[in-house]
Amino acid sequence: MNSVEKDLLKNVIQDVNYDYAYNIRSNSKSIERKITDNVNIVAKEENKGIDIIVKDNAKFEYIYIPVLITESGLTDIVYNDFYIGKNSNVYIIAGCAIKNEGVQKSEHNGIHRFFVEEGANVHYMETHYAEGHKHNSKILNPVTEIYLKNGSSMDMKSIQIKGVDKTKRITKAILEDNTKLEIVEKIMTDNNAKADTIFDVKLNGNNSSCHVTSRSFATGNSKQKFKSIIYGNNKCYSHVECDAILKDKGKVVSIPEIVANNVDANLVHEATIGKIAGEQLIKLMTLGLTEKEAEAEIIKGFLK
Amino acid sequence: MLELINVNYEIDGKKILSNINLKIDNNKIMIITGPNGSGKSTLSKIIMGILKPTSGQILWNGDDITNLSINKKSNLGISYAFQQPVRFKGITVKDIIDISSHKENDINTISNILNEVGLNYSEYMNRELDDKLSGGELKRIEIASVIARKSKLIILDEPEAGIDLWSFNDLINLFVNKKKESGLLIISHQQKLFKIADEIVLLENGMIKSCENYISMKNMLCCNRCVKKENIYE
Repeated sequence: MNSVEKDLLKNVIQDVNYDYAYNIRSNSKSIERKITDNVNIVAKEENKGIDIIVKDNAKFEYIYIPVLITESGLTDIVYNDFYIGKNSNVYIIAGCAIKNEGVQKSEHNGIHRFFVEEGANVHYMETHYAEGHKHNSKILNPVTEIYLKNGSSMDMKSIQIKGVDKTKRITKAILEDNTKLEIVEKIMTDNNAKADTIFDVKLNGNNSSCHVTSRSFATGNSKQKFKSIIYGNNKCYSHVECDAILKDKGKVVSIPEIVANNVDANLVHEATIGKIAGEQLIKLMTLGLTEKEAEAEIIKGFLK
Repeated sequence: MLELINVNYEIDGKKILSNINLKIDNNKIMIITGPNGSGKSTLSKIIMGILKPTSGQILWNGDDITNLSINKKSNLGISYAFQQPVRFKGITVKDIIDISSHKENDINTISNILNEVGLNYSEYMNRELDDKLSGGELKRIEIASVIARKSKLIILDEPEAGIDLWSFNDLINLFVNKKKESGLLIISHQQKLFKIADEIVLLENGMIKSCENYISMKNMLCCNRCVKKENIYE
């Protein structure tokens, strides 16, 4: 990595522990890679992506999969498939950072598929960030597909910090028996940015559960759309919580859809959209903060 | 320390407070009591700057602070614990204490502050101030956030609300302890608190009916008020 890439990487992954497995992709090519005894990384043909294979029973393995884009005018598509072995426990830290100082658009489409075997636990975190010239377009379209086998679980944190002009984020999951999926998504949009999020979860298994928390902050003239479709096809539980804070001319649409196809399906959707509550500002002002400082603290906490 | 001179407050032509004159001294506990709707919370909000008086003056060590903003009053040394604490998604107990004390506190400091309100730091430090906390837990955290400010005047609006009577005694001890460093202005109906007050102010229909100590207040209520009123304060 050159110094520009190193600085850019810090925006999505603060500290890569190089003792563990990693694959760093920059401008559509893998530039650094390490495998370990428990984690193998195999390149797909023509730099289309990688297969990440975690052995059965591997415990507390970390895997770093960042993508960097510094070329203006580049459209990158990557297919990364994660095969998570039985009873393993892994932490996967991914992210995409774009730095575009040119006038053409930069676009990254990352398709991540997770095949999680019986009894495995996956902790997945992805961060999206962009910076550069304000008149170009920085686009990030992450797609995540999750397949949870009997007794497995996954938690996923997806964060879009700032600078992304357009994003379409699709997360699909199919859950078998005794599985658990937790998703936390936090998005901030400003200026004229647009963000679309779709969650499509099928709770096919007995005792499967899903918890989706979406927190978004839309300011400037930005627009966000959140859509979730949860299918309860067995005895299962699902809770979707969508909270959005608006400022300036920010707009947020939340579209809930819960489909109960089984009498023992228990599905909940909550959505709250509005500006920062006056009483929250007053409370922090009684602690000595100005109104602006109070607003910044509330948003910082909300998106933390 | 704090003086209110002829403070009036009206909303939509209705008088909520009339000619309030009060002096709150350092290292004293003043309790403001009175029936519902008598203007107690309004008075405390006016002192904090959350509401502006229609007329009258508020002096802080002789300086006029009537029209100062909430945060300026806070930075002078006035703090305020809400009757119904505000919930925040994402802001943790540690965050609110750090915000309150304007610095990043170490675990020992956080632990000491939470101990004072009867909470265990390891259980609560990283909890968010959201609806997963009970009313009583939130109330204790609200009081902790105020203690962390180390203010010269602490205003507490019904600190007993939501807190079980068994642990309320510990909070009373806390207030007595804080009197060494601060003045306390407490809005309350709780007789247990009357006993620690240096002064009890009875507010009725937005007017100060009397300023007494506990014994004389008790006698006055017993002698001059109807049984119904007596029950409120006993």
